[in-house]
Amino acid sequence: MSYSVKVLDHYENPRNVGSFGKEEEGVATGMVGAPACGDVMKLQIKVGKGGVIEDAKFKTYGCGSAIASSSLVTEWVKGKTIDQALDIKNTQIADELALPPVKIHCSILAEDAIKAAVADYRKKHAESV
Amino acid sequence: MFAPVYLDHNATTPADPAVVEAMLPWLATRFGNASSRHEYGRAARRAVDEARSQVAAAVGAHSTEVVFTSGGSEANNLLIKGAAACLKPGLLAVSAIEHPCVIRPGQQLVRRGWVVQELAVDSLGRVDPGRFEAVMAQKPKIVSVMLANNETGVLQDIERLAERARSVGACFHTDAVQAIGKVAVDFRRLNAAGVQALTLSAHKLGGPKGAAALVLDKRVDVEPLIAGGGHERGLRSGTENVAAIVGFGLACELAVGRRADLARRLLGLRRQLECGLLACGATIFGQAAERLPNTVYFAFPELDGETLVGKLDRAGYAVASGAACSSANPEPSHVLRAMGVSPELARGAVRVSLGGDNTQEQIDGFLCTLQATVARLQHLTAMSV
Amino acid sequence: MLKLPIYLDYSATTPVDPRVAEKMIPYLFEKFGNPASRSHSFGWEAEAAVEEAREEVAKLVNADPKEIVWTSGATESNNLALKGAAQFYSGKGKHVVTVKTEHKAILDTCRELERQGFEVTYLDVRDNGLLDLEVFKAVLRPDTILASVMFVNNEIGVIQPIAEIGEICRARGVIFHVDAAQATGKVVIDLEALKVDVMSFSAHKTYGPKGIGALYVRRKPRVRLTAQLHGGGHERGFRSGTLPTHQIVGMGEAFRLARLEMGAESERIRMLRDRLLKGLSDIDEVYVNGDLEQRVPHNLNISFAYVEGESLLMAIKDLAVSSGSACTSASLEPSYVLRALGREDELAHSSIRFTLGRFTTEEEIDYAIRLLHEKIGRLRELSPLWEMVQEGVDLSTVQWAAH
Repeated sequence: MSYSVKVLDHYENPRNVGSFGKEEEGVATGMVGAPACGDVMKLQIKVGKGGVIEDAKFKTYGCGSAIASSSLVTEWVKGKTIDQALDIKNTQIADELALPPVKIHCSILAEDAIKAAVADYRKKHAESV
Repeated sequence: MFAPVYLDHNATTPADPAVVEAMLPWLATRFGNASSRHEYGRAARRAVDEARSQVAAAVGAHSTEVVFTSGGSEANNLLIKGAAACLKPGLLAVSAIEHPCVIRPGQQLVRRGWVVQELAVDSLGRVDPGRFEAVMAQKPKIVSVMLANNETGVLQDIERLAERARSVGACFHTDAVQAIGKVAVDFRRLNAAGVQALTLSAHKLGGPKGAAALVLDKRVDVEPLIAGGGHERGLRSGTENVAAIVGFGLACELAVGRRADLARRLLGLRRQLECGLLACGATIFGQAAERLPNTVYFAFPELDGETLVGKLDRAGYAVASGAACSSANPEPSHVLRAMGVSPELARGAVRVSLGGDNTQEQIDGFLCTLQATVARLQHLTAMSV
Repeated sequence: MLKLPIYLDYSATTPVDPRVAEKMIPYLFEKFGNPASRSHSFGWEAEAAVEEAREEVAKLVNADPKEIVWTSGATESNNLALKGAAQFYSGKGKHVVTVKTEHKAILDTCRELERQGFEVTYLDVRDNGLLDLEVFKAVLRPDTILASVMFVNNEIGVIQPIAEIGEICRARGVIFHVDAAQATGKVVIDLEALKVDVMSFSAHKTYGPKGIGALYVRRKPRVRLTAQLHGGGHERGFRSGTLPTHQIVGMGEAFRLARLEMGAESERIRMLRDRLLKGLSDIDEVYVNGDLEQRVPHNLNISFAYVEGESLLMAIKDLAVSSGSACTSASLEPSYVLRALGREDELAHSSIRFTLGRFTTEEEIDYAIRLLHEKIGRLRELSPLWEMVQEGVDLSTVQWAAH
């Protein structure tokens, strides 16, 4: 399988790898995928005032495309509001990384990770209000 | 002792030095399995793909229409049995002069409810139009007629036959292993006329043994004969024979590139040979038919072909007494029988098939030796009577 | 100087030994005759070479040359063996037994036999990859005509108890086929002693060329097969088609070398394999797949838990190895062989097959060990699963949002 230059770049130098402390203010986590399917993504967002995502981190168990998709997403969501983040579509991710058809599921997973993280944030936020 | 002169190119050909040169790296250094995902494997895959394009280009086909097999026999088996497996049993029509690897698979189908009809040929070895028409009227499902016969070199009017076969809905296959490199073979054009499958083999055109192809119109359903891993679009499993396939690709490219010049030269040699043969009283089979430029199939009345080729071999000329088949078959050629040649004359059959390495001097020498040998044998025969 | 990538995929294919290539070349040039040509010296010369090679193949496995049939490779041999035997003996019964960890060439052929009306039992293996003889015995029925068990597994290298299975089959009148593609040159094969009826061989797994294989068909007691390729009646009618002389000569030479060098070579490779295993065993959560004792020394199949196989392959692209997950297709299917061992999917996804061979060096093994240490560490840093395990989470209790 040949990977695009962008996938290779994200794979070799993944952006924003890591985790936030669980107790940190405004942190929400989206965990999607399953080990049995060969990929699990954990996307964490740190949401500040006005619902703006100030920081994001990820960890991914999966192929190069899955790692690149989640790395890219951490870059994209930073500075966006959570509503704007939800507008990120898997097709944009796939286009940006030039994913081959067999790897489209990686971009779908990354989109799902955003949704899951936002859902987690809203759930926590609703509880805290 | 000087090296014997090889005049049996329809049995097999030496590999072109450039072909061997191209193959060698794929044995010891670039040895990957084309299914492996690492660099060794990907390099092998690229080489197979390139060879596929070369083979396709040589016959004007699309590279996705090329299915690699281990040989022409396998390709013919694949088409006959594989296409039949996807159809309800019906009528299979094959010419009476086909190679056994078309005829025998056909016979196997009888056990599955198929009926096999032989397409008769005329005295020159061409499919008889009247008999062909009669069989077409019975609406065969598969028709196979070889483009050029391996023994006589006689060419068939494949486009016309295929058009008629298509009009009754038959799948038409042609075995072109002897034709490519010697006459123009254009799959797109044949395909437009109704030919849906065509067989090629590397070792008949300056490539290695062990690689061949079925060029297949993708609209034809074919069941694989060899299962396990799904190589070649599922039509032929098994690790690709990368080196031989690479050799096959280049051999096709070279053969088609030099075909026109070679054919002209071979035709000159053939004429020289035929003049000499006729002068010493030989009968040339299919003489008046359009034939491959390299093939002369002849006999001397009352002279046994086996004996003659044995003497010629000892005198330094390698020719064939019939089709180069496996078993030492004492039966006279089924091709000549189909042409209505008497068994007595057929027993005398000798085939000379020329190649690019043959020269005028070799033909002169061959004729000289032949004349002397024939005279001696005829003298012996006369004494024994 | 180390040449990268380092080839550690000898079970996928081997390079042609230079000594083998050298023997092959003349048969493309001056000795190019068709072995079936009966009327001239070109043909006889080729035929003699073919018969000499047949003797070499027979010698490696202690068989009679007349029991060796040339094919285009192990896949064709397996097809001919299974379809040929099943079809020939179908009057006696319709039941066939094989194992879930067999090569695709066996499994796909069995699927085809099922379509032809045969019934096939696919046996499980124990978690070490070996067949349980009691389980095997238990599934044999009066109408069982054929059993097929591979000698050495291509993914995990385990050696099945062929001698014992042979005894059982012979006692029950079942034709026994063995796919020995991965076994030649690695284990001693004595067909005088083994009660095997049909055995498949490949040249390109034993330093011979691709495109050539053979099938052993026992003569005493005589085993019959229905031919699958028809035509000129080559190979005593078992398999028609022009014999590729140069490839056959290559297989003969490769098997001759295997016979002469197997002992010393296996010891050297065992040393290297043990060095690799030792070098990797200080990485946490590393599991060897398949039995370590009943195994060829050439194979080490390891799961690096919590690291996904494809990304691992990408990280170690300086090593030419295979991953347990067959990623060529759209779906990321974990290896069916590892699944049959009962490995959880994530371990099956995380496996790497290292297969060592004639040209593997100590320097290459040391490089591989260093590279794996570094890359496994990096990928685990990236892995949410690893993080969870470090935090003490039991992954089997997690509700995964399967997609």
